[in-house]
Amino acid sequence: MSLLEIRDISVRFGGVHALEQVSLNLNPGEILGLIGPNGAGKTTMLRVITGVVKANHGEVKLEGELLNNLPIHVRVRKGMGFAQQIMRPFREMTLVENVALAAGFKHTQYPWLSLFRFERNEALRESRKWLAKVGIEDVADSFPEAVPLGYLKRLEVARALAIRPRMLLLDEPLAGLNQAEASAFADILFELNHQGQTILLIEHNLAEVRRICTRLVVLDNGQKIAEGYPEKVLMQSSVQEAYIGKGNLNAKN
Amino acid sequence: MGFEISLLTAMMISIIGSLSLNLITGFCGQVSLGHVAFVGIGAYTASLMTKAAIPFFAALVAGMILAGIFGIIVGLASLRVRHDFLAITTMGVNFVFLGFVRQQEWLGGELGVSSIPDPGLGKLGFLALVFGCVVLVVLLSVQIRRSWMGYVFKAISEDEDTASMLGLDVSQYKLIAFALGTSLAGLAGGLYAHHVRFIYPDSFAFVESITLLAMVVVGGNGSIWGVILASAFLSLLPQWFQFVDDYKLLLYGSLLFAVMRFSPGGLAGFAQLLINHNRKSSKSKVDK
Repeated sequence: MSLLEIRDISVRFGGVHALEQVSLNLNPGEILGLIGPNGAGKTTMLRVITGVVKANHGEVKLEGELLNNLPIHVRVRKGMGFAQQIMRPFREMTLVENVALAAGFKHTQYPWLSLFRFERNEALRESRKWLAKVGIEDVADSFPEAVPLGYLKRLEVARALAIRPRMLLLDEPLAGLNQAEASAFADILFELNHQGQTILLIEHNLAEVRRICTRLVVLDNGQKIAEGYPEKVLMQSSVQEAYIGKGNLNAKN
Repeated sequence: MGFEISLLTAMMISIIGSLSLNLITGFCGQVSLGHVAFVGIGAYTASLMTKAAIPFFAALVAGMILAGIFGIIVGLASLRVRHDFLAITTMGVNFVFLGFVRQQEWLGGELGVSSIPDPGLGKLGFLALVFGCVVLVVLLSVQIRRSWMGYVFKAISEDEDTASMLGLDVSQYKLIAFALGTSLAGLAGGLYAHHVRFIYPDSFAFVESITLLAMVVVGGNGSIWGVILASAFLSLLPQWFQFVDDYKLLLYGSLLFAVMRFSPGGLAGFAQLLINHNRKSSKSKVDK
């Protein structure tokens, strides 16, 4: 059974079809790349999964449970860890405090009871482990403004991991990084997946996607145009056309 | 001596009022420009009840509960608006409250409620009660600050969307901040009504909401001790200088502007800046 099942999702913004009847599955233990050129509908799909955008049609299911009408915080608590494309750390908290807020999800589940919960050391200790896992434990006590972009990208992932998600949904985690940084970060994602973490990766860096993903789904103009093993999918002419245009593809050939 | 006791009592009631706003605006980041409406709800409720021969403490609690209920209603209505829009919405709440009480004969209309019964504690006894309430409100504020609730409030005040992404039920937490803050405002109202023993709509005019906000912002949004200091000072200022009372809106409005422009952290932020500066300079001396 799929962990995440997305069935016939359609989203319209006014007259524009952002997504049209798109279906995809995320299977336990895999690292699925969701790729496509700009405007293909990848981020819209992620927003449908998070619940920020409501689909006009279709279903989002987590292990068979329909999520369509659930707010985002409930989806997170059911096991979805999100890392956003534009990093939004809490700037008045250190990196380890940022992660601890997520790691203490048991303390914050019932808002009224949280008034009587004080113990933070355990969450802080655990958070250092998550920071170590993404390789930034050396700046755990720094504030976000004092660390470079690459570290903030990793912080996003550490924060998402801290809620112990059943799946990790990453929106362009490698964007803005140089090739060496991107490659090192991709290695970390690969290692996380190797340890059993299911990942849905939206990414533009095709070289890294090809290297670490076990399967790809390609979107273009709001429609799914390909799905399968990375090597095969990236060789398909429809996918190459989507990225470089039909005319350019003919010229290349 | 009677005057000093009265002054001290009024000051402490202001502290309760501003600390209650601090829970909503300072801790949870939800700007409220109409907080005095909830003080008013507590004041009218408690005073009408004691006038109907209901015991003072029961009336005080009823005022808190009703203010808290209205606080939750306003909080629910405010869940969809943020920042400036929330400020405007809450400002509207203040005007709706004033518009309502002015027109209601059973609330005394423009003339308000007079001859509010003496709680029978004596001036010193009443001061002790108000002081006890201040201590409880401070303890509650410290408890919130130290707890996971305060941790979440801090996150919400910075970025609600990201807080949701971490699985936090932002709406519930915001409603709790509104419920706690407005019921404590109701407590301040009940105490105020039985301190001055005469209330009328202008006691809860918009300028009083600005005064409460000025106390919070000048003290340092979210700082318990800063807000207490600022409330003590700003509530005494009009008593010392008549012109401050005459030009309250102008002066407190300017003060708000000045603090936000030059020291957004208020007194607490300024003190922290000084401490950090001293630490740095003493450290550099040691290094040399």
